[in-house]
This record gives sequence, C-alpha cells and structure tokens, in this order.
Amino acid sequence: MLIKRPSDIKPSEITDPETYAKRREFLKAAAALGVGGLIGGPVSALVTPSGQGVPMRGLVDTTHGDGLALTSYDDITSYNNFYEFGTGKEDPARYAHQLKTRPWSVVVDGECEAPGTIDIEEILKRFPQEERIYRLRCVEAWAMVVPWVGFPLSSLLSRFKPTSKAKYVAFETLVDPQQMPGQKRAVLDWPYREGLRMDEAMHPLTILGTGLYGELMPNQNGAPLRLVVPWKYGFKSIKSIVRISFTFNQPTTTWWESAPHEYGFYANVNPEVDHPRWSQARHRMIGEGLFSRKHPTLMFNGYADQVADLYRGMDLTKFY
Amino acid sequence: MFVFSADAWMRFVAKPLIFLVCLVPFGLLFYGALIGDLGPNPVERVTDITGQWGLRFLLLTLAISPMRRLTGWIWLLRFRRMLGLFVFFYISLHFLTWLWLDQELIWGNVIADIAKRPFVTFGFAAWLLLLPLTVTSTRGMMRRLGRNWQRLHRAIYAIAILGVLHYIWLVKADLLQPLIYASVLASLLLVRWKPQWLRRSTQANSLANAR
Repeated sequence: MLIKRPSDIKPSEITDPETYAKRREFLKAAAALGVGGLIGGPVSALVTPSGQGVPMRGLVDTTHGDGLALTSYDDITSYNNFYEFGTGKEDPARYAHQLKTRPWSVVVDGECEAPGTIDIEEILKRFPQEERIYRLRCVEAWAMVVPWVGFPLSSLLSRFKPTSKAKYVAFETLVDPQQMPGQKRAVLDWPYREGLRMDEAMHPLTILGTGLYGELMPNQNGAPLRLVVPWKYGFKSIKSIVRISFTFNQPTTTWWESAPHEYGFYANVNPEVDHPRWSQARHRMIGEGLFSRKHPTLMFNGYADQVADLYRGMDLTKFY
Repeated sequence: MFVFSADAWMRFVAKPLIFLVCLVPFGLLFYGALIGDLGPNPVERVTDITGQWGLRFLLLTLAISPMRRLTGWIWLLRFRRMLGLFVFFYISLHFLTWLWLDQELIWGNVIADIAKRPFVTFGFAAWLLLLPLTVTSTRGMMRRLGRNWQRLHRAIYAIAILGVLHYIWLVKADLLQPLIYASVLASLLLVRWKPQWLRRSTQANSLANAR
C-alpha cells in the first residue's frame, strides 16, 4: 500500500521536538480531562483512554488526524444518532446497555469465492488495530473529531476473495427489538442497510471501527463493529454490523429508501450541495458551546486529496 | 380580617403566579446557558425547546375557550391574553436563536433560507403573523379595532397550522412528536366547528321527528 503523507498537516504545524514533547504531555492530560476540544496542535502518541471503557492493548499509532482537536469522550458517547435505540440524541447512551456484543459474528457472503462467518474476537486478534483520528460530519450539519480504533475494511474484505462481479459492498445492522428497543417502531425500515462502491470500500481511509479513545467501542457508538468512512456523512458509517455482502448491483440503503431526494447513495460531504432543507456549507463543532461560530465545511470533509479521484467525472449534484 | 375580593385575587395572586409558571421553561434555559449545561449541541437544544414551548402555549391559548365552554369557568378567559403573549415570547426566542446563533446574522443566507426552504418559510410566516396580534393585544387596541379585532385575531388559527406544519416538515424520520401536536390542534379546531354541526344535525333531527 502506498502511504502518502496526509495533506491535512500544514508545515506550520510541524513543531521542534522539544516543544512537541512538552505539548504532547499537556494535550494528553487535556484529552483525559475532556477539554481536548479546546486545544489544537499535533498529538502523535496514542490518545489517553477515557478510563470509562475496556482498554485495548497493542494499538498501532498512525498519523491520521494529527493536529486535530479531539471532541471530548463525553460528547462522543452522549450525542448519537442510532435510531435502533430511539430517535433522540440521548437515547442511545440511555438504552444501548441492553445490546449484547458477545458473542458476535459477522456473515460475509455474496459475490465472493470464500463466503463465511467471522467472529469479533477473531477480528480483534487477526487485524492489527490502529488508532485513527478522523473528522465526523453529520448530515445534520454538526461535526466531531473522533479518535477511532479500527483497521482497514479492505483487509477484511480481501480474506473472502471477492469476484469480479463484486461491484458493491452492502452492510446490515443487527435486528433484535429486545436488545434494540428503537426497532419496536417502524421509524426506518429495519434492518438498517448501507453500501459502498467497491473502490470506496477498498480505499485505505475506510475502516471498520472497533473502539474509540483507546477502548472497545461503546455500545451507543456501534459496538462491536461499525463502519467509518470519514469523507461521507455520518449515516453512511453503519453501526453494529452483522452482515457484509458483495453485490453486483448498487444496494438500496435505508435513508435513501426513507427520503431518496435527501439522502443519496454516495452522501459525500459536499459544502456545495445542500440538503433540501438546510445548507451544508457550514457546520457546528460539538462541544464548542452556545455562542461558538460555525466552521466552513470542507469538500469531502477535508479528505479531498485522498478521495476526490474516486469521483472524477461524476456530477456530484446528481450523485449526491 | 382582610378579605381579598375575587378581582384582587385574580390580579395580585393568580395572574402573577401563572406568569411566573410560564417563565419556568425560559428560566431553566437561561440557567442552563449560564452554567453551560445545555448538552453537546446547545444551539440545537435552545432552538428545540423554545419552538416546542411556543407551540405548547399556542395550543393552550386555543384550548382556553373550549375549556371555558366545557367547564363554565369564565375566569379562564382572563388568562388568554397572557398565554398568547407567551406564544410570542417563546416563538421570538426561537426565531432569534435561528437568526443569530444558527444563521449567524448572515443576511444573504437568511433570505435564501426563507425563500428556498418551505419549512423555514412557514415558520417565518407564522412569526410575522404573530406581530400584529401582539401589537393589538392591549385593551385600548381592542376597543379601537372593534369588530375588526376579532377578525384579525382569527389569524391565530393560521399561525397554529403553519407552526405545526413547520414542525412536521423539519423532522427527519420520526413524526411522532409533531403528529401529537397536529392531533391536539386538529381536535381543538374540531371542537370549534362542532357546535355548528351539532346545531344543524339537531335541527334536522327535530324536523325529522316532527314529521
């Protein structure tokens, strides 16, 4: 794999080693206190765990997201869209403890030579777990910066040997109204389904998330396994995955089904293409307070250098 | 022993008390803002709470006259103006939150949003319609406008319908909350029309019986 230096590091952000070390200690302490959102600057060591979850050992540090100020653990875990637990932002934190994440396995099937099932413990053991700090931009015009733990989706997909007919990858969330009380109401057509084009799925930025803040994924954030596609609106990053299928045709996706003119299959973050009911040009950073200014939204959520090629020649107002 | 007259009781105890009760949602928001406890997305929280309370006070205002008819308590009418003014208070807070904290007073965007997005258009129209009602809420204005006052204040029905549509339109998928408001509004509108139907149907019945 070709590793390019991420374009989101400006030369001005590269500091001399001594200052850097001092600042790193400070930032780690700040992140632990949950005030990380207030301070910018590069953090390259692993993020300090929140102390509220199950710590993950042997994590691999990466440069992804160096220089981004983290959203606090409390905000990341208490402000969620996860309709399986209710449509309120606080509902997932309130009800997600009912979800049993062990045992958990994922079925992989469809257009591949070696369909099968893979257990979450095997996933955690077999794939080196990396820390990647990504921006998360919700379609509702708010954003966070999350220190995810995960591994490239491509490394899981290739194990199942997709055939040449595999043009897309479809994902499904668990359906169990006993564990997911929000599914007792037909707010959406359960199971929640999402999909990616094959090249999007194989892209090195696309990961399967297994944790955040150095700890196993909290239930409300999509435990035990979720998708993270940082250049797309948050709803693409499907949570609590139980099935992954290679398909020839473009899969139907839940939000597209619910409101096709509002939530497209691609759902790339794009400040120039408005949601029919609100502008996508700016967003609010979670944790910045009542009187904070909004921030301009970047094309592909700031990952244009890495992903714009995937969409060359496409009319992004049509394929929103 | 000093005894309050019914009028003094109303003026010096009941009304101030209800006034303070109506201010409680605002007080909680204000306190939350002071101590920074409005959740991870405070602007969204303030917008939501002020909008919801505006709608609740609106429905409460509309409920006064059917409730009076049901219970025979004429004194209920004496709270109607205050409740109506609280509609204006909460909806104005809602509007200002949107204008200042959400749109950040970027006028080009404000105008574009009102023009382009029907749910914003509806909400803005409802707030505009509240202005003349608020201005003409005084006793002097009532006297001056005479019969036209009542005609003008029928705009409250349009405002309620616009407000509920505004809410239905803005939610993403879960229509439960706005549909609760919609059904309360529908029943309040129905009980207003019902006497006429009743009158007509009872008339028809008695005619039929007479034959």
